[in-house]
Amino acid sequence: MIKLNRRNFIGGAAAAASLPMMASKATAADPLKVGYIYVGPINDGGWNTAHEAGRQQMLKALGDKVQSQYVENVPEGPDAERVLRDLYNQGNRLLYATSFGFMDSAVKVAQAYPDVTVEMCTGFKPSSNNNLSNYNIRFHQARSIFGTMAAMLSKTGVGAYLGTYPVPEVISGINSFTIAARKVNPNWKTKIIWINTWFDPAKEADAARALIDQGADVMTQHTDSPAAVQVCESKGVPTFGQGSDQSQFGPTMCKSSSLDLWGAFYTQRTKAKVDGTWKPEDTYWGFKEGAIDIAPIVHVPDDVKAAGEKIKQGWIDGTYDCYAGPIKDQAGNIKIADGAHATDGDILGMNWLVEGVDGSLPS
Amino acid sequence: MSVDFLIAVLITVVGASTPILFAGLGELVTEKSGVLNLGVEGMMLVGAVAGFATVDLTGNPWLAVVVAAAAGALVSMVFAVLTLSLSANQVATGLALTIFGTGLSTLMGKSFTGHGIKAFTTIFPDWLANDRIGKVLFSYSPLVYFSFIMVGLVWWFLNRTRAGLILRAVGENDLSAHSIGYSVTGVRYAAVAFGGAMAGIGGAAFPLVLTPLWAEGLTGGRGWIAIALVVFAGWKPGRLLAGAYFFGLLGTLELYAKASGTVFTALLPSEGWAALPYLATIVALAIISASKAGGGNAPACLGKPFIPST
Repeated sequence: MIKLNRRNFIGGAAAAASLPMMASKATAADPLKVGYIYVGPINDGGWNTAHEAGRQQMLKALGDKVQSQYVENVPEGPDAERVLRDLYNQGNRLLYATSFGFMDSAVKVAQAYPDVTVEMCTGFKPSSNNNLSNYNIRFHQARSIFGTMAAMLSKTGVGAYLGTYPVPEVISGINSFTIAARKVNPNWKTKIIWINTWFDPAKEADAARALIDQGADVMTQHTDSPAAVQVCESKGVPTFGQGSDQSQFGPTMCKSSSLDLWGAFYTQRTKAKVDGTWKPEDTYWGFKEGAIDIAPIVHVPDDVKAAGEKIKQGWIDGTYDCYAGPIKDQAGNIKIADGAHATDGDILGMNWLVEGVDGSLPS
Repeated sequence: MSVDFLIAVLITVVGASTPILFAGLGELVTEKSGVLNLGVEGMMLVGAVAGFATVDLTGNPWLAVVVAAAAGALVSMVFAVLTLSLSANQVATGLALTIFGTGLSTLMGKSFTGHGIKAFTTIFPDWLANDRIGKVLFSYSPLVYFSFIMVGLVWWFLNRTRAGLILRAVGENDLSAHSIGYSVTGVRYAAVAFGGAMAGIGGAAFPLVLTPLWAEGLTGGRGWIAIALVVFAGWKPGRLLAGAYFFGLLGTLELYAKASGTVFTALLPSEGWAALPYLATIVALAIISASKAGGGNAPACLGKPFIPST
């Protein structure tokens, strides 16, 4: 038995202090620790559920090369920085920040720790340490499928789009939906409501009722809860869900849903970090890369289903682009010239509405 | 604008007003007894999840209303013990109740996320709601009619019964009520429990009528509107009814104004429509405090802990 005296104690303390150093030398063989922060609960049935599914897919694909932890319900703002730093201090060297409002915190943490790698979802700011990338998926692609089918299902020629905030992600979806619908019916109108919240089911439901009462006989929405889908089901109005398959909330009226698939992206980028080949580069995937898909199209006539699937195929093989010119804005000005296509920058910064949208952007 | 359109607006307004009417009515009685309970939002959420769980498990919306009321009353007892028996600060305890109720409802609701239930349907046979007048009168869920009955009952109780008089006495002057032998603490316990039960029913109106699903924070801050409503109404049940429908109307008008496109938004930008309920509150409060009564309707003992000297 070791007798505990001052000399032994100091020696032991020195050995203990050197232990972490030895451990850190051994990290080459240790699994990479990967941290995720989510803005809401992982079982919200939408945005966060999709990210968590992507994380699980990554874990399955990379096996014992990685370890991962997540923190849910992280408020956007300064709290996010605290959580990210905490994850770093727990040994996570790859961090995924999965909501727009985490951007400033993610950049700060990337600047503070040169040895961390940060992937920022829907962000646009760089880090001077060259250790931060932004990633996004082409949400608007699924909307052109829904716009096409909506115009074919509608009798009044008026559809509705329930918007959250007038940010480019939502605006590009509304435009994509409207452009596709007007290819079917040149007189098509899209009514919009900005409810100025991501999550307030009762307000979402009331807004859906308001849109239907004003003549919209088909609708889609960009909100996080399935409340609008339920209203559409009870009113017999065809609708399209977002984020995950929402047909359980609209068994007959939810014709399809857009699906966000983050798994392939998370697997690829995490593997790059494990292999030491990670470079900062922004990612903007769509149907072609398997980052967007739609739930099976149900309860529609065969020609409507075929038209929808044709557009999906067009996105996959690159023959369809909703933002191929000429495209006019609400005032009739040409925004995308004949023969031109919107660039990724145009779509990610879109702040104007196309011809055929009945509603305005808050100024 | 056609008559059918106006009826459609009206039906949405009734739906939006009913939850805040229930919660406001409960808070009114609580405050009349001299207790300020800021935990309405938390109690509504607990009622909402209890109501949802009951329908999901048993399929019985009537039972769900009873369970939601019981759950709301039960969590309000946490507040009652702390503030009435232990004389804790009512404002701080009320805020704590809101935070507690939000967390508790999230925990209880975890396993119910993603389930859909059948919403409350109307109690009247369909043929009654066939024509326009019938639609205006008979097409709502039973909770709507119940809320009107409760407004009448609360008015009658406060103004026409001996028990109501005692409750008001306790709220106006607790020491006098105590000195002539009434149990101040007992009356307040009962008032807090009633407030909790009504908030529970108000919360349950969300999953039972408006949005037949469970989601965290389902009530979206309407508990706070209910508290504001009580002040807005000057602690009078009749005015509370009008106020609840006024708030519901403004909130609904905002959505219909936006949906109708450029016509309404040319009149007033959509941010203006969104701000209307709050502007209206300020105007109403200014008018009330400028009147002769000077806003003196507030129960004199509101928010003060009662510590009997003997």
